[in-house]
Amino acid sequence: MAANLQAEKRIRQRYRREQRFKALCIGAITLAILFIFVFFADIIQRGYTAFYQAQIQVEVTYDERSLEIPAAAVSEEVRPLVSRGFLRQVPGHVQSDPDLKGRTVTRWVTADTGVNQYLKDAHTGLSPQEKATVDKLHEAGRIEFAFNTNFFTRGDSKMPEMAGIKSAVVGTILTLAVTMAVAFPLGLMSAVYLEEFATDNRFTRFIEVNINNLAAVPSILYGLLGLAIFINFLGVPRSSALAGGLTLALMTLPIIIISTRAALRAVPDSIREGAFGVGASRLQMVTHHVLPLSLPGILTGSIIGMAQAMGETAPLLLVGMMAFIPSAPDGVTEPATVLPAQIFTWASMPQRAFDELTAAGILVLLAVLLTLNATAVLLRKRFERRW
Amino acid sequence: MQMPQPNDNPGDPEGVVARSSMGAAELREGSDTVEGEDRPQSTPAPGVTRAPEVGGGSEAAEPTHPTKVDVRGLSLWYGDTQALFDVSLRIPEKDVTALIGPSGCGKSTFLRCINRMNDLISAVTIRGQLLLDEADVYGSEVDVVQLRSRVGMVFQQPNPFPKSIYENVAYAPRIHGLAKKGAEMDELVETSLRKAGLWKEVSDRLSMPGTALSGGQQQRLCIARAIAVNPDVILMDEPASALDPVATATIEELIDELRSNYTIIIVTHNMQQAARVARYTAFFHLGEVIEFDDTDTIFTNPSQKRTEDYITGRFG
Repeated sequence: MAANLQAEKRIRQRYRREQRFKALCIGAITLAILFIFVFFADIIQRGYTAFYQAQIQVEVTYDERSLEIPAAAVSEEVRPLVSRGFLRQVPGHVQSDPDLKGRTVTRWVTADTGVNQYLKDAHTGLSPQEKATVDKLHEAGRIEFAFNTNFFTRGDSKMPEMAGIKSAVVGTILTLAVTMAVAFPLGLMSAVYLEEFATDNRFTRFIEVNINNLAAVPSILYGLLGLAIFINFLGVPRSSALAGGLTLALMTLPIIIISTRAALRAVPDSIREGAFGVGASRLQMVTHHVLPLSLPGILTGSIIGMAQAMGETAPLLLVGMMAFIPSAPDGVTEPATVLPAQIFTWASMPQRAFDELTAAGILVLLAVLLTLNATAVLLRKRFERRW
Repeated sequence: MQMPQPNDNPGDPEGVVARSSMGAAELREGSDTVEGEDRPQSTPAPGVTRAPEVGGGSEAAEPTHPTKVDVRGLSLWYGDTQALFDVSLRIPEKDVTALIGPSGCGKSTFLRCINRMNDLISAVTIRGQLLLDEADVYGSEVDVVQLRSRVGMVFQQPNPFPKSIYENVAYAPRIHGLAKKGAEMDELVETSLRKAGLWKEVSDRLSMPGTALSGGQQQRLCIARAIAVNPDVILMDEPASALDPVATATIEELIDELRSNYTIIIVTHNMQQAARVARYTAFFHLGEVIEFDDTDTIFTNPSQKRTEDYITGRFG
């Protein structure tokens, strides 16, 4: 009887312990979700306002005077409310469309950042008089919010209302193109050699250990390496997508090698034996059987490596990609910047209006990264094969 | 039982071979009494466990079946562990030879020597001679790919390629350039599937993945895949051990049909299976061939004590 009671007590204790452990685990997950939620809510709340922007309807006079002094193209009353970035474009308008010369046109133009900030209830540098004008025009329907196309169609600018992510996006695409063009074939070849061709000896084991170590090296060291090798030794132009891409390729290479090897190892040996058994050469075994079967896994790993490279900032700092790039680069040797670097640049700007741009840039970067990772997951789900 | 010393110096081939063959000789002398002169002379012995030069009598006893695979003093090491000790066998042409023995006795290892599948494992050392049609399989001029198109293999686990049934059969002929794409290949695929007794079951769904077939069908697909390049020898490594009894019976019938055209060497755990399908049987134990003879003789009147112990279920 006593033994029975004791057993019962032990069972109850065990149940309690399991309950406690489960509660702790649920707590951990809740905390993690809470962090993510707070982070996203904060970024979205800060950043969504950057996607719309005030524009103002003004009469633009294209005469001799305004061609010389662009600010004269609009009346004195609204002059401080119009973006200086727009006024600078006035001579350009006439150049591209000579018919405009001597005419006065009513058009919607980007408002100054002060108007934006004022209407968004943020701190603004407008004088009381200017504020009154804005209120008057706003009521008259001559100042309105519209989708901020500048954000997507223009490069960086010192004027927040004119600043956009286009040059950073183009720079990111060029940089990643270089990265993948270098890292993917190199990584694939290395992994296939190590996994399918190399014999297991001290030398290959040494290489293996070092590849695993490379994946854990702080990324800024890759920046130093890139600076020393690509820029100082090989003479690749500084702050170019080529220099950044090559540096990121160094960093991505071990990730691709490791994930590719894992994908190759997931193909069962019976497939290799079957291929060898019917007289396939090693190359035929790899290209006809093992590679096609492991391709989804290889692509998944590469996409994740690419996403990681895309979010990387530290190594690019050292090869000069943390730069002010107003116009999108045309090639891989021209000065370029990347999205995370653009975000960093905006975050360190003194004007308050750059705050929302920073958050908006983060949102764009997050959206792209989430898309990439989702693609990787889908790819894995769709093509994964259970043996 | 006395064992030859594990080899501690694999870098010295002469010493190794000398020592291991000596060990085997000691074993044969010491282990039993039935061996040697007491053996009935009428027993057709297609191969011998003794060193080939001693086996003069057996050569005369096999006029109908010329030797296909002639193994002379084959020893094999995985790293420092010796797995085969001075194996000598003469496997006759166009019939079924079974290799039986307890787990880890080296029968699969031996089988994989014949098409050099052991090459894939690093740290394997092989000494001795293995002749296929009197040409050394381990000769320096031998192309392994060429060899494997002559010596097909069927594995323990059915391992069709995760491609269509058609592709599975057509793959080997294509890489060896045996048939042109189109009608010629279609015909070859059909013939191979017919020979493997699978054609009726799959003729209307050749584009289905081979992995979608049942286990027994998969194994027959693997046999079709192996015979598509028309090999001389087919090695089967426990081809039915992963199958249910019905599928096993089908495979055994198939082996019986193939015996007149191919030299089939089958490793099996199942002694009844050996008795059913094989004309000759070799008994392996601890990396040595203990006895090689007609299957009937092995199962009814083995000359070796250990063979008898094994087939009567006293060990293994």
